[in-house]
Amino acid sequence: MALPVLKAADFASDQDVRWCPGCGDYSILAQMKKVLPELGVPREKTVFISGIGCSSRFPYYMNTYGMHSIHGRAPTFATGLKATRPDLMVWVITGDGDALSIGGNHFIHVLRRNVDLNIVLFNNRIYGLTKGQYSPTTNEGQVTKSTPMGSIDHPLSPLSVALAAEATFVARSLDAHVKHLGMVLKRAAEHKGTSLVEVYQNCNVFNDGAMAYAQEKKQRADNVVELEHGKPLVFGKDNEKGIRLMGNHLQIVERSEVPDDDLLIHDEKDPNPSIQMMLARMRYPTMPEPIGVLRDVEGVATYNDQINDQVKLARETRGEGDLQKLISAGDTWVVK
Amino acid sequence: MTTKDVKSVTGITVRLAGDSGDGMQLLGTQLTNTSALAGNDVATFPDFPAEIRAPRGTRAGVSGFQVQFAKEEIFTPGDTLDALVVMNPAALVTNIGDLRKGGILIANDDGFTDKDFKLAKVDANPLEATVINDSYRLFRVNMTELTRKAVSEHGLSPKVADRCKNFFAMGLVYWLFGRSLDPTLRFIEAKFGKKPEVASANEAALRAGWAYGETTEAFGESYQVEAAELEPGTYRNIMGNQALALGLVAASKLSNKELFYGTYPITPASDILHELTKHKNFGVRTFQAEDEIAAVCATIGAAFGGTMAVTASSGPGIALKAEAMGLGMMLELPMVVVNVQRGGPSTGLPTKTEQSDLLQSMFGRNGESPLPIIAPRSPADCFDMAIEAWRIAVECMVPVMLLSDGYIANGSEPWKLPEMAELPEIVVSHPEGADSDEPFLPYLRDENLSRPWAIPGTEGLMHRVGGLEKQHETGNVSYDPANHQFMVQTRANKVAKIAERIPEQDVVGETSGDLLVVSWGGTYGACLTAVRRCQEAGHRVSHAHIRYLNPLPRNIGDLLKSFDKVLVPELNMGQLRMLLRSEFLVDCIGFNKVQGKPFSVSELIEAIESHLPSAVPA
Ligand SMILES: Cc1ncc(C[n+]2csc(CCOP(=O)(O)OP(=O)(O)O)c2C)c(N)n1
Ligand code: SF4
Repeated sequence: MALPVLKAADFASDQDVRWCPGCGDYSILAQMKKVLPELGVPREKTVFISGIGCSSRFPYYMNTYGMHSIHGRAPTFATGLKATRPDLMVWVITGDGDALSIGGNHFIHVLRRNVDLNIVLFNNRIYGLTKGQYSPTTNEGQVTKSTPMGSIDHPLSPLSVALAAEATFVARSLDAHVKHLGMVLKRAAEHKGTSLVEVYQNCNVFNDGAMAYAQEKKQRADNVVELEHGKPLVFGKDNEKGIRLMGNHLQIVERSEVPDDDLLIHDEKDPNPSIQMMLARMRYPTMPEPIGVLRDVEGVATYNDQINDQVKLARETRGEGDLQKLISAGDTWVVK
Repeated sequence: MTTKDVKSVTGITVRLAGDSGDGMQLLGTQLTNTSALAGNDVATFPDFPAEIRAPRGTRAGVSGFQVQFAKEEIFTPGDTLDALVVMNPAALVTNIGDLRKGGILIANDDGFTDKDFKLAKVDANPLEATVINDSYRLFRVNMTELTRKAVSEHGLSPKVADRCKNFFAMGLVYWLFGRSLDPTLRFIEAKFGKKPEVASANEAALRAGWAYGETTEAFGESYQVEAAELEPGTYRNIMGNQALALGLVAASKLSNKELFYGTYPITPASDILHELTKHKNFGVRTFQAEDEIAAVCATIGAAFGGTMAVTASSGPGIALKAEAMGLGMMLELPMVVVNVQRGGPSTGLPTKTEQSDLLQSMFGRNGESPLPIIAPRSPADCFDMAIEAWRIAVECMVPVMLLSDGYIANGSEPWKLPEMAELPEIVVSHPEGADSDEPFLPYLRDENLSRPWAIPGTEGLMHRVGGLEKQHETGNVSYDPANHQFMVQTRANKVAKIAERIPEQDVVGETSGDLLVVSWGGTYGACLTAVRRCQEAGHRVSHAHIRYLNPLPRNIGDLLKSFDKVLVPELNMGQLRMLLRSEFLVDCIGFNKVQGKPFSVSELIEAIESHLPSAVPA
């Protein structure tokens, strides 16, 4: 029997979407619904697990299985589910506060374990749901509801954290760049192991335009480098600028002045994350920020495969457990 | 066999005490197993310092293991000691108070040097003290030296050779109490078989200890405890945590489910993890998470997926799990949350026992968040209660709290092996897929008020769960005030209804009288023994031991009201008493102890008698 062909609309639940009008979350939801039918995974085999925050309402809007869990812990629920049900496609939906503040610990550990699931981190550099406090990704000096004199925290880069945890798939996209976002989500889904996609998401109520330098089409060309595996890093309206590696630094060069052979060629497959880490550290306004897939390393064993392989191996070598034998093990005696 | 006189006795209580590096726990465990194999009833109480290696020879570093073995059925490791074995002065001064007058005191004389006196902060050799010599039957044995001689041919370094002295002590103790060396010889072979020189040295030390008892003039007689008259069946000796782990594996088999165990190491719960990891061929998956929050959340994830899901910790970790447990209650997913209690608050007394997390289990979550709570009463009972916890969890689609404690977890007793084929199946059903477009109702309830356990992967049953209040039946997010009240009430009713399906409270003794002793958890043995003694003395005292704490058995209110007085001994400041008083308006009297130690039978008898109409029975 041929599988029924699903459309984006089939993945919509019957619940009203309640984000603020104009919120970047809508576009991510739309792209997700568009990408899922292309993956060929049945709806009932798809699970969305989220933490708490505006973005974490996401599972309610999907006609799949879903769990809206507690703040920061979505990766752990997903780990337990995937470890026991490797047949399911599991997505984790989280925000910058959710994943990096309260959930920072779990974020690191799910990545280092390489559980085969996909994390989509909606980064609006603010706490949306609790109405506008600064988050771990808020720029230094920014005035928010909880930082009237400007934030004094140094911001965290989710991509750097992920690379430090030796994540096997690390990518970034933009809510407004829908085609690119769709492409990245699809690649994340196809990756075996934990994939992290950071999506710049505009919170037009509490942090409007925080990433306008990357989001707005006009500015994007000069402030963003679109990474492509095997291709040199070029950007600018007419691709007139490039990035090269000089010693231990990345440097912006004019292509008219430097031969293309000198430009850095992007290698997302490099198991050594050092250069990928340098890309993750490129930050506006001194450098253009990379979008696309920074790292996609295959062949690293996943946690779910390993936990299930051990069970399989134990059964093969010792046979299916016999409870009567187990409880009678060791020294026993008989009372007549 | 021994040629000296053998004196027959009904029971013996021995404590072995030494430095935490001396192998006292090993010695105690061996003596216990050997005694159990000899058919005695046994009960144990290991007691060790929280520091892994407290400074050698100091009072803080004393590690003890107490075992009572008897020809009669016993329920406690005993109050006063018949025999005490001490390896150094620190062990002597911290334990001698528990040795009965005229009891046997065996000391490793080589451990009583000036240096050891300093470490133990004693002025002179306590073995020379007249009170010690007058009050007890003291045997001074040069264990270190005798051990060195016994193992000299085995080519071990002096340090390794000295480590064998616990086997020498074991041999001597075995001789004294007529125990067979065979089980321990088998143990040595299994444990040290890969290091033949260590195995043979330990064997030599063990035999030398035995021979010392047999040949030396010092010991006039040895003691023999006949086999106990236990119910017919096959037995093994089992520790609480081990029984709990096996109970979980059994529950998974009985429900035809694989087991997921998410946890983070903590004393005294870790041994459950250690045991479960051995049984992967039963479909057991263990997850050592990054913290307790991750552990419980992964457990909920596994439960959502349709697996038998269990998490365990001790009080501090349970505190961290609180938010997620509330979610588990809202999601109405079945799982078991084990709390092996220890002395609190905060990090408290990590290696000592207490029963002070009952109110945490009842109320330690935000909002109206009732959960069923059950508690095993003894090491072997952990097996049954683990199965019972999972049965309630699936019948009611709810996380169930299983409250063990350090005393049960590390204690051991003979366990009559159940016939697995005779244990009732735990029926689990998942709704089948539907290919209609009718929306699935994830919060439709059955006669138990349970919702269906629909699992991902099932066609047509797609649904979303979460911690936001949900609409009755549809499970959709709902802020409707009346719905919230209805759902809060429904969840409470669901837990309350469990009372219909658990046994009524049983009583040891008459169902009315002067005094009812009400206990729960690990104080069972001491309370039962104390009540029985009082009954034998002619008092109108009965005992009710509660294993189902929330909801309480349906007849318990009437029972409390049928006695003139109710005494509730607890190793906390009165937590069950508070619940009983508020629920039944019965003025229960508390008897409370928080010293990190279990109750002794004698202090309970004293407490009971102090509340009886006449202190001395007619
Ligand atoms: C344990 C706990 N602490 C705090 C909160 C309050 N809270 C809800 S969402 C949130 C921050 C969300 O920020 P982010 O993850 O950036 O998500 P956004 O709303 O911006 O999508 C906080 C602090 C909570 N729900 N639970
Ligand atoms: S507060 Fe911000 S993030 Fe939340 S829904 Fe509104 S716009 Fe979106």
